Amino acid sequence: MNAKTLLACTALALGLAGGAMAQDKTKAGFIFVGPIGDGGWTFEHNEGRMAVEEHFGDKVETVYQESVPEGADAERAMTQMALGGADIIFTTSFGYMDPTINVAAKFPDVKFEHATGFKRADNVSTYSARFYEGRAVQGHIAGKMTKTNKVGYIGSYPIPEVIRGINSAYIHAKKVNPEIEFSVIWAYTWFDPAKEADAAKALIEQGADVILQHTDSTAPQAAAQEAGNVISFGQASDMAEYGPTPRVSSIIDNWSPYYIARVQAVMDGTWESMDTWDGIGPGMVKIGEISDAVPADVKAEAEALRDAIAAGDYHPFTGPLKKQDGSDWLADGEVADDGTLAGMNFYVEGLTGDIPQ
Amino acid sequence: MIRLEKRPTPSQFWTYTTPIVAVLLTMLAGGLMFALLGKNPVTAIKTIFYDPVLGEFAFYYRGQLLVKAGPLILIAVGLAIGFRAGIWNIGAEGQYIMGAICGAAVGLAFYPTESWIIFPLMILAGALGGTLWAMVPAILKVRFNTNEILVSLLMVYVAEQLLAAMALGPLRNPETAGFPGSRNLQQYPSAANTDLIAGTGMHWGVVAAFIAVLFAYILLSRHLMGFHIQLAGQSPKAARFGGVNPKALVVFCMGLSGALAGMAGLFEVAGPAGQISINFNSGYGFTAIIVAFLGRLHPIGILLAGLLMALTYIGGEAAQATLQIPAAAIQAFQGMLLFFLLGVDVLSNYRIRLDRREPAR
Repeated sequence: MNAKTLLACTALALGLAGGAMAQDKTKAGFIFVGPIGDGGWTFEHNEGRMAVEEHFGDKVETVYQESVPEGADAERAMTQMALGGADIIFTTSFGYMDPTINVAAKFPDVKFEHATGFKRADNVSTYSARFYEGRAVQGHIAGKMTKTNKVGYIGSYPIPEVIRGINSAYIHAKKVNPEIEFSVIWAYTWFDPAKEADAAKALIEQGADVILQHTDSTAPQAAAQEAGNVISFGQASDMAEYGPTPRVSSIIDNWSPYYIARVQAVMDGTWESMDTWDGIGPGMVKIGEISDAVPADVKAEAEALRDAIAAGDYHPFTGPLKKQDGSDWLADGEVADDGTLAGMNFYVEGLTGDIPQ
Repeated sequence: MIRLEKRPTPSQFWTYTTPIVAVLLTMLAGGLMFALLGKNPVTAIKTIFYDPVLGEFAFYYRGQLLVKAGPLILIAVGLAIGFRAGIWNIGAEGQYIMGAICGAAVGLAFYPTESWIIFPLMILAGALGGTLWAMVPAILKVRFNTNEILVSLLMVYVAEQLLAAMALGPLRNPETAGFPGSRNLQQYPSAANTDLIAGTGMHWGVVAAFIAVLFAYILLSRHLMGFHIQLAGQSPKAARFGGVNPKALVVFCMGLSGALAGMAGLFEVAGPAGQISINFNSGYGFTAIIVAFLGRLHPIGILLAGLLMALTYIGGEAAQATLQIPAAAIQAFQGMLLFFLLGVDVLSNYRIRLDRREPAR
């Protein structure tokens, strides 16, 4: 190792190696867990990236890297972007949490935004959406529409975000259909069309006629379409191409306003580390068009539920609610606090099966 | 008429030249692909092959080359020894996972005690974990004559399930309720596999890879065991007459490749990855098979092949991030490299003859 390398390494370690300062364009980087053409999660983050480009025009430059594995490779991808002069880097998957914190420590002048995590630092913000609000609407429609009373749920990883979704959907399905049963398959992946399709087929074979997914591809939609008489919901993106059936509605993640606001904050020098968790009200979560396959009265109820949540009149986790083991969780009229929701690691009463742990 | 004529022995000249020809052909074909995608092919090739080694940020990338090449080389060396003997361990990925789980478990069991003995114990546990996992296909083969390709491959999926169970259960960090993943070993000094010189990427796993290359070279060229291995691969019958115990050889080769893969997993989990997480493994065990063949099953060849493979990864990522070349195009580019390597191999084994004879009347 020669002296120049040593100096450069020291500079890197001290975080002085940001080429960012000398630029007039603000550079925003995005790390994606899947391909931008996944039709779901990553697709919507990329829509947000393009919205940033459109909004700021020449004042901004965006770069992205897709299909970055969660782990050591992610750390390199982020370092690469920071070295390349990025001013703000959005890391858009839960598994990027520790790598984001590590890289951020080396580049104190670069702002980092980690989606769906809980670790923050002076230059690391976290942001996520209250997807569980949308799940409540899905659960309502599912409970009304199912004929077999069986709902199949494709989980990605047993993390609080996914468990919240299962609980919220179940609570609202159960409200309108006491006979409802949920079966959950854990796919242990965010994006693997083959695995997701297998999971959907297995659930349908077990009698499920509603498929809910918390994975990123459209493969479960295709499996539902092939099976016939099965309904599904677009996940993260509208997935309208599978409507009017099997896709009867969707949860759409709308990152554009947030991304534009954060890039603006970097430009203005007002960026601060914070934790954002927005739902239907502020528009971070949207409910996709409810198709004509849903009876008009069910559609009206679902839309009313959506509007009540958006207005803040109703919280999807309102007591009385018990945990799966029968112990009390929320008293009558009590509303779950964000801390409990953020770390949710239990099923509500009535759900069968165990959370893997 | 162009004819291919088999050489009596592979050409020395072409054996050494074909890799270079293959790289050049890949640059041409890949450049064409990048051009069709609307990217400047010269910039793209330069970003992939030149920038990581000599470009502006090479001080960072050179270290990353070692980080990426280390586990590939360590695993590939072990696999190559087995492949030479005709023993096909396809499940290095599973042994890599088990090494990481066992090694990390030992480290986490000591948390938060600080002692110099912890890291060596973790290495031993990692090697042991990999060996035991490789013993399943080895013993099934020896006892029941099962196919080690199938069994070792299927054991990968079992290991992946175990990994998920560990990240969610016994090894989960008790301080982050509800979230999967173990404590970060990088933040536990006695268990951390840090760079020996900060910023160089030179961690113990890279050192182990170099040592493995050296030992494999000595084993194969200077040791009786190495002779037995090669004999068994080339002529199993002759090997048996020569006093080679085929069962012992299966156990030795599977065990050795399992141990090296397990160690690679431990070095990764204690170093660059930092923690046991559900998707800790990222395919090193499978890529190492390619590296082993790319290096012609020769330890020095594997060393170079591992570095070349790492370069296409690191450079490929750089090309994605800076030139916005799609990830799929980079994978196609890596595929081209392997395709051309195998394709031009024909030159080492065959002579090209231009047939000038007039067709018979």
